Amino acid sequence: MAMTAMNAAKPEIPKMASDTNSAEIVRIRPGFAATVASAMKSSPKIAGIAAVVIPPLVVTAILLLIWELLCHSPTSSLPAPTKIWSDSRDLIVDPFFVAGSQDIGLGWRVLTSLQRVFYGYGLAAVVGILVGAVIGQSVWVMRGLDPIFQILRTVPPLAWLPISLAAFRDANPSAIFVIFITAIWPIMINTAVGIRNIPQDYRNVARVLRLNHAEFFVKIMLPSAAPYIFTGLRIGIGLSWLAIVAAEMLTGGVGIGFFIWDAWNSSRISDIIVALAYIGIVGFVLDRIVAAIGNTITRGTARN
Amino acid sequence: MSNRHYLHVDGVGMVFDTGKSKFTALVDVNLKVGRGEVISIIGHSGCGKSTLLNIVAGLTPQTSGVLLLENKEVAGPGPDRAVVFQNHSLLPWLSVYDNVRLAVDKVHSRRMDRKQRHDWVLHNLDLVGMSHAIDKRPHEISGGMKQRVGIARGLAMEPKILLMDEPFGALDALTKANLQDTLMDIQQKLGNTVMIITHDVDEAVLLSDKIVMMTNGPSATIGEICEVKLPRPRKRLELASNPEYIRARTAVLSFLYERQRHPKTAA
Ligand SMILES: Nc1ncnc2c1ncn2[C@@H]1O[C@H](COP(=O)(O)OP(=O)(O)O)[C@@H](O)[C@H]1O
Ligand SMILES: [Mg+2]
Repeated sequence: MAMTAMNAAKPEIPKMASDTNSAEIVRIRPGFAATVASAMKSSPKIAGIAAVVIPPLVVTAILLLIWELLCHSPTSSLPAPTKIWSDSRDLIVDPFFVAGSQDIGLGWRVLTSLQRVFYGYGLAAVVGILVGAVIGQSVWVMRGLDPIFQILRTVPPLAWLPISLAAFRDANPSAIFVIFITAIWPIMINTAVGIRNIPQDYRNVARVLRLNHAEFFVKIMLPSAAPYIFTGLRIGIGLSWLAIVAAEMLTGGVGIGFFIWDAWNSSRISDIIVALAYIGIVGFVLDRIVAAIGNTITRGTARN
Repeated sequence: MSNRHYLHVDGVGMVFDTGKSKFTALVDVNLKVGRGEVISIIGHSGCGKSTLLNIVAGLTPQTSGVLLLENKEVAGPGPDRAVVFQNHSLLPWLSVYDNVRLAVDKVHSRRMDRKQRHDWVLHNLDLVGMSHAIDKRPHEISGGMKQRVGIARGLAMEPKILLMDEPFGALDALTKANLQDTLMDIQQKLGNTVMIITHDVDEAVLLSDKIVMMTNGPSATIGEICEVKLPRPRKRLELASNPEYIRARTAVLSFLYERQRHPKTAA
């Protein structure tokens, strides 16, 4: 049934790549901890930190070394790490320089992109939660809309761009709209599922107290559905970040996405790789921020 | 006297429409509860005790009959009939204090200012002996404590009648005894009207002024009502050999296990 597809978006299901990584680190940890601990018996606390920090550093170093060896030859089509360092040193060491209208640090570009994400995603969060809450109230509305949502949410972000350019006739609102339309589906669907799953007991408490609609929404619905809502928000922020980079490649401007496109057109491969690192790190941080907010707010809700 | 008709369940029936078929759960239930009375409802599982309580609470609308509280017809749920649910139903994202505060803020917003509401929450948590854990979340306290908070929340609404659906059913014997004593103390002090569902014969006799015994479903109704004329305060140790206690206990047992043997256990 259609409902099964919706139920797939339960809070436990989405396992982010970062989670898997940390799980692996946990598995590797004992061996490292033992080695490091024997090296510095006096301070187990430092040993503990080292056991977390050292493995990724070692692995990164090894990967960089392999990369260096593979791309070392002058005929290689992709630059080796040392070449990237010498080509794009200014981009790496100073994210916030301003040397001209198009010659600015990647930090500024990321901030420009983040600003668009902020508007598009913020709007998607507000609208998604409100509409999701309404949809979740009714089994029939949910069943009716579910197939439509399931189709719409699989439309790739960039496919919305021409339509939104036609509608808005301007690059910036179009990019924001693309983010909005990309992020809203998981937020809306998860909110609706969360509302559906509010235990009857909580509804009964609200009924005995005669909470009105607004009170019920704020005091029962939002907190009870919060774990689901935050699952949606977390998927949404990831999709937003994917979408903005792609949208900016086409719309131009000063965002990080256009920077990559521009670098490609002028064959600055090293710059592209540095930009990819920025995008990856920012995406990771965004995901972590939403997850952390979610964990703080839903503390205790899931457990009972 | 209007006291006799404090709560009047008059000819209440309940037919559940399950789509394909209709299920008659309750037929012609008539019950009068006086002010300050503690009545318990006992019957085999599935006979319709919760259904009856939910009808009184207004959570399930009955399909026939009327419900009068102080001679006024009541329909729909409201804080004048506070419910203590079997599974406590505390909101897990709120602290013990805030769970009670939510109810107090909603029910007494006109009558009390902030300070008074705060004091009223603390007072009710004190009544049930939960002052020590007001900042804890529900998942941080034991099952018995959760029920105490649930009772405090119910009491804090100052309901005309406190409805309890197997409130101690999931607790171990010692915890249960403690909570029964607390409930009796409070009821003695405040004179609350209480309707309590139970499947525990000793609990019914210990707590109640009247024990309402229900026949087996479907089409369940009240089979018999047993008055328990034991003086209060009641002490569980002294009761064990009390003739009135033994009489009431035997009456309930023989109703349940001779006249209303459970369909599944009767063979
Ligand atoms: N919403 C409902 N729809 C259909 N049947 C119900 C519903 N609620 C309760 N029943 C039926 O009514 C009967 C009485 O249930 P209940 O009041 O929960 O029993 P008890 O609390 O005495 O164990 C049971 O047979 C149950 O299956
Ligand atoms: Mg029941």
